[in-house]
This record gives sequence, C-alpha cells and structure tokens, in this order.
Amino acid sequence: MDNTMKKRWISLYVENQVGVLSKISGLFSGKSYNLDSLTVGTTEDPTVSRMTIATVSDDETFEQIKKQLNRMIEVIKVIDFTDIFVRMKEILYVKVFKCSPADKVEVFQIAETFKAKVIDYGRDSVLVEFVQTATKNDAVVKLMKEEFKSIEVVRGGSVGIESISMMER
Amino acid sequence: MMLRDFFVCNDRESGASVLQRGGMKLRQITGNKLLVRALKEEGVDTIFGYPGACTIDISDELYKQDDIKVILPRHEQALVHEADAYARTTGKVGVCLVTSGPGATNLVTGLATANYDSVPLVCFTGQVARHLIGNDAFQEVDIVGITRSITKYGVTVRNREDLGRIIKEAFYIARTGRPGPVLIDLPKDVMCELGSADYPDSVNIRGYKPNTSVHMGQLKRALKMLKKAKRPLFLAGGGVNIARANKIFTEVVNKTNVPVVTTIMGRGAVPTSHPLYIGNLGMHGQYAANMAVSECDLLFSIGTRFNDRITGKLHAFAPKAQIVHIDIDTASISRNIHVHVPIVADALEAVTKMNEYVEKCETEEWLEQIRSWKEEHPLTMKDRGNMSPMDIIQEMNRQFDDAIITTDVGQHQMFVTQYAEINEKKQLVTSGGLGTMGYGFPAAIGAKIGNPDKTVITVSGDGGMQMNIQEFATAVLEELPLILCVFNNEYLGMVRQWQKLFYGKRYGMTNLRSGALYRRTNGEEMPEYTPDFVKLAESYGAKGIRVMKKEDIAAAFEEAKKNTKTPTLIEFIIDPEEMVYPMIQPGGTLEEMIMDC
Repeated sequence: MDNTMKKRWISLYVENQVGVLSKISGLFSGKSYNLDSLTVGTTEDPTVSRMTIATVSDDETFEQIKKQLNRMIEVIKVIDFTDIFVRMKEILYVKVFKCSPADKVEVFQIAETFKAKVIDYGRDSVLVEFVQTATKNDAVVKLMKEEFKSIEVVRGGSVGIESISMMER
Repeated sequence: MMLRDFFVCNDRESGASVLQRGGMKLRQITGNKLLVRALKEEGVDTIFGYPGACTIDISDELYKQDDIKVILPRHEQALVHEADAYARTTGKVGVCLVTSGPGATNLVTGLATANYDSVPLVCFTGQVARHLIGNDAFQEVDIVGITRSITKYGVTVRNREDLGRIIKEAFYIARTGRPGPVLIDLPKDVMCELGSADYPDSVNIRGYKPNTSVHMGQLKRALKMLKKAKRPLFLAGGGVNIARANKIFTEVVNKTNVPVVTTIMGRGAVPTSHPLYIGNLGMHGQYAANMAVSECDLLFSIGTRFNDRITGKLHAFAPKAQIVHIDIDTASISRNIHVHVPIVADALEAVTKMNEYVEKCETEEWLEQIRSWKEEHPLTMKDRGNMSPMDIIQEMNRQFDDAIITTDVGQHQMFVTQYAEINEKKQLVTSGGLGTMGYGFPAAIGAKIGNPDKTVITVSGDGGMQMNIQEFATAVLEELPLILCVFNNEYLGMVRQWQKLFYGKRYGMTNLRSGALYRRTNGEEMPEYTPDFVKLAESYGAKGIRVMKKEDIAAAFEEAKKNTKTPTLIEFIIDPEEMVYPMIQPGGTLEEMIMDC
C-alpha cells in the first residue's frame, strides 16, 4: 500500500435517476474523501449516466472509495481509470479582459501554442477555448493569471473513455 | 397530525375500476391498494404505523383488511425501533408506515440505528402530492435527501406504474446482502392514482448483485493458517448472529478447539457459557479477551467491521497476528484494519463451508495461557455491600432461560453485555453501532410482538428509559407482559464515569436531579423521585416495583412473572459510584486496561 497522495480517476456507470448525483457527491463529503472534479452526462442508453470522477487520495482511501461506490444500489459499474489507457479531456474557457493590443497578441500566441481556439473577440477582451488534459489546463490557468490583469475561468471537469488502441491520455 | 390539503382518494366504493382496452380487461387499482397487496405478497403480518394527512388513504386500506396487524406506537422514533427489534428477533423485514414531514423526520435516529446494526427495514413515508413537492408545502420534507447517508437505499415513487417494482425491490434490498433499512417515499397523488394491480414476482437490479458464494481458494488458505497457528483466536461479530450462523459456528469452534472472543453485537455467536468462550473484546471487554487479541498470532474474524470501540488504538491492535476477515460487505474489509486474507461472503455460507474442512488445532498451551489471564482478572464487580448491577443480571440469568433481553445505552448496557448469559434460547438486542438512547423500551415491545411466547426483558437506565417512556401506552394496550428493569442511579452514568475518571469528577450535565430547585435548596428539598417510576407505571395501568436491596431482587422478578397481561417495571436503585470495568481509556490500546479502582 502506498501512502502518498496521488491524483486518480474513476469512471462510473450509474442509473440515470433523480438523486444519484447527490448520493455520489454526498458519499465524498460524508466520508471526507477529496473530490477534485466530477462530470456527468447520459450515455447512448438514456437510463444510464456516466460519471468521470477525479480525486486525490492514498491507495487505501482510494480502495475504500471504489468499494463504497460499488456497494451503492444505483451504481452499475466502477472502472478505475488510474492505470489503464484512456482518452481524457477537459474543456476550459478563459476570458481575458482589459486587453491592450500587446495583450491580445499574447493571447493569440498562447492559443496557438496550446492548440486552443479563440472563439470570441471584443474591443478589449478575448475568449479562448482549450480542450486538453486537466493538468495542461492547470498550467494554462496559472500562466494566464500571471500574464493578464483580469481573467475569468470556467472549467468543465475531465471526461474520459477507455481508448481503443493503447494510447496515452 | 393536522389535516390540511386533505383530498379523498379518487377511489370508488368498489375500490377498483375496469378499463376496456382493445378487448382486453385490465383491472386497475389505486396505489394504496397495491401497497397493501404488496405487503401481503411479501408475507408481512405486522406493521408499525402512525397516521397523518399524507398516509390517511393507506390507513383506510389497512382498516379494511385483517391479514396485517397494525401497531400504533406513541412516537415515530419508538415506532421505528419497534420495527427494528421485531426484525432482529424474527428474521423478517420490519415494516414502518409514517406520514410526511415530522412523521418522516422522526424516523431519522431509528434509521441510522438500523443501518449501523444491519437491520432489514422497509419504511414507507407519506409525501405531499407531486405538484407540491419543492413548494415548502405543509408537512413537506425531502426525507429521501435527509436519510440518504443512513439508509441502504431510498427512493421517491414518481410514477404510479413504478410502485409495484419499487416495493418489490425494497424488500429484496432490505433483506439480502448486508441487510439494512430502505425508505420509500409515497407522494399522495401517486398513491391515489389508478394503475396496474400486478405485483412483480422477481427482481432484477443491475447495480445490486449481493454475493452468495464463498471463494473456496481464499477460505482454504485461511483454514491452513488456522491449522498452523500457535495462538489462533476467533473474533465473531454481529454478522454471525444476523446470518443465524451461531449453531454451525459453535460446531466449528468445538471441532477446532480454538477460543472465541466476540464484539457486543456478536455476543451469542457461541453460548456465553461455552468453555472456549473468553468474552467481549474492546473498550469494556474482558481482560482475558483483550489480552488474547493482543497476543494471538492469528485473528480469524467473521462479520465485524473493526469499529473503534473494539480496536482501541489502531496500530497496536492485534500486533502479533495475521488477520483473516470474512464479511458480506466488501467495504468493511481492510477499512480500519489491514487484513491479510479477505473473504467476501455471507457468514452462514462461510461457516458452513468451514465446518466441512476444519480440523482440531493444537491449542492446549494457548488455552492454558487464556485460563491464567481469566484467573488473574476475572470479570466481576467488587462487593460494596449494596445491590450491584451484576447481582441483578445474575439473578436474571438464574430465573429466565428462554428470553430476549433488550437494552438501552450506557453503563447498564455494558453490564448486560458483560454479565447476561446469551445462548440459543437467549438473545441480546442492543443498539451497538449508533448507541441510541431510548432504544431499549420500544425494542422490547417490537421483540414481544414478534415473539409472543418468549419472555422479553429490557434493561434500561433512568436516562434512557425517559427517552421513550410514552411507549407504556402501546405496551399496556397491546397487553405485553414485558419486564422493564430500570437501573436508577440518578445520573447519566456512562458520561459520569468518564467525568469521574478523566474530568476531575466535574459532573457537568449528568446529574438527572440538577436544575433550579437543586441549586436553590442545595439538593435538600428535592422530591423523592423525579420521576416516580413506580407511580408512572401505575398511571399507565402497568405494574411498578421498587427494589432497594440485594435480597429483594429475586422476589421482584418472581412478582413480575406473575403479571401476565401488562408490563412490570422494576426500578433498581443503584449507587452512582458503580463503574463499568475493565475500561480502555479512549484512544488507548487494548492492553492498557483500567481495572477496578
């Protein structure tokens, strides 16, 4: 057992019912588990939703989280994404305000470097859309905060799916 | 409870309507009728109910039939404890029916109690009509939300057509796997709607497949370790009792010659008089039991979750032992204690398989060691010249050999778990996990209703007894000859014990006689008793006896036995200085026990 705190991902198939999201998030708060991000949406089967959960925990706690999730009636399946090949991305919007002409040039350069899209543009503001791993988004947020006076950030949380070929995240 | 927004069900006198659909006749009935039908199909013979506006139609349906007996307690908290003890002592699912709002919120403590002790309950709560949900309507609460973390499953029925399936699933979920309480919230309009009369006969829940087999490879590995061990020890938890595996487990113990310790909930896994039984472990466990856990080299545990009250300081728990853990709940394994051989299985399944394979173990030397620990510090109470809790419980052991004993929570509970004989014929019913004061008296009622031929005794304190004292009315009117022992020491004794040992005898909030009167008169102008339990019992039409001396204990029990139509309360006046020993200091290790001082 490893006592170091690590970031881990779980993918959950759950019943698409009222109260399930609350039950899952309640488990994390009730048992003091860290919940880094949680995304949820319906699948090809409208009675089933799928969640991607990111948590920071040690091995022992993580085992317990998986067991606790598994024993919930509404949870159909728990997949540990930590050590398998998955495709995982997070959407991130960054709006930069009070841009000088030089700031705008820099925003475009950052967007180009990170293969992001500038999707909206105003007199002194720019809106950029990043679709990449959550870790890279962390780096972008940090960078943009340092570079610009005023920014607004919205993140979607990671969504993941098992890869077909053996691709890294 | 007040009736507002009262509307009578759209249910004709016939109680059903017949719809012609494409030439096929479909019988349609209300949700209320389907609920009663479902209860009968599930074999429910008794329910515990308290009415209100949102469940009045269900009360009406129950009134029209005779197969299901309806018990009317005097408070919903007592109601759910009664259903809980009914379930614990009959093995059936306990069924509760309460109204919305306060009726539902009064279930909370009882649900948590049942959840911790793995008791199968199905609780129906009324709910306001669907169009009112979320409007802060009269007597509306989000009870499914409130109870989410203390039930095994909870759901609001949002469509009439789901009702049958949901009830079927509820009973299945409550009694299978690790049993637990299930809550079904019933909006009034859903229950009045007409729909199919069918009640499904099978269940298929894709996210819930309880384990029904034993991994033989793991079990054989564990048994090999048992055979090799020099100082093996069985630790039996409540799971053994819930699975009704006591008898076969006792056979396993006999065959292996391996000694046994139990948790409080596991007491009775082997008869307490069994020569290989050492005692309870944990905070108020027996000296020899705690020493055995600390010295054993193999701890073979079944159906326990290694609660903090039994382990003491975690890193020092069973430090020399390899640990085997059999449990139905995967999440209970390797949570508190690192386990070397985990086995996910029902205790009865596992113990039955064990019984096929076990052999005698070489334990003579180890048993000798345990015997010497027992002699060194036998479980006893010092004779202080007056009536001690031990005297009372030992007299109880002598006079009753076929009984259910329920307890409240506190010192008296620990005395019962230390001294009461428990075996095939004597069952202990106690709130072990949540430690719910006010549990004992209603539990006795539920147990007696489920087991009319058994003697049912409750042991309570003067604190806990007053937490559901209103149930005297239920007990008297149901003609239940319960024996209610109240250990009265005028204090909340267990907290007082901590104050005496660890808080410099500052008895804050624990003196049940304190108040303005006590302060003003310095305790000199007090009424003799507050309350006078004997008179209180009599006011309900029950019998009351007060016992002050050791010599009168036996006669009081004899007297109680003669009273066969109403409860008998026996108040035992106990010295507040009586303490529960041994005791492990909170956060201490099992080896550091405080013995009688």
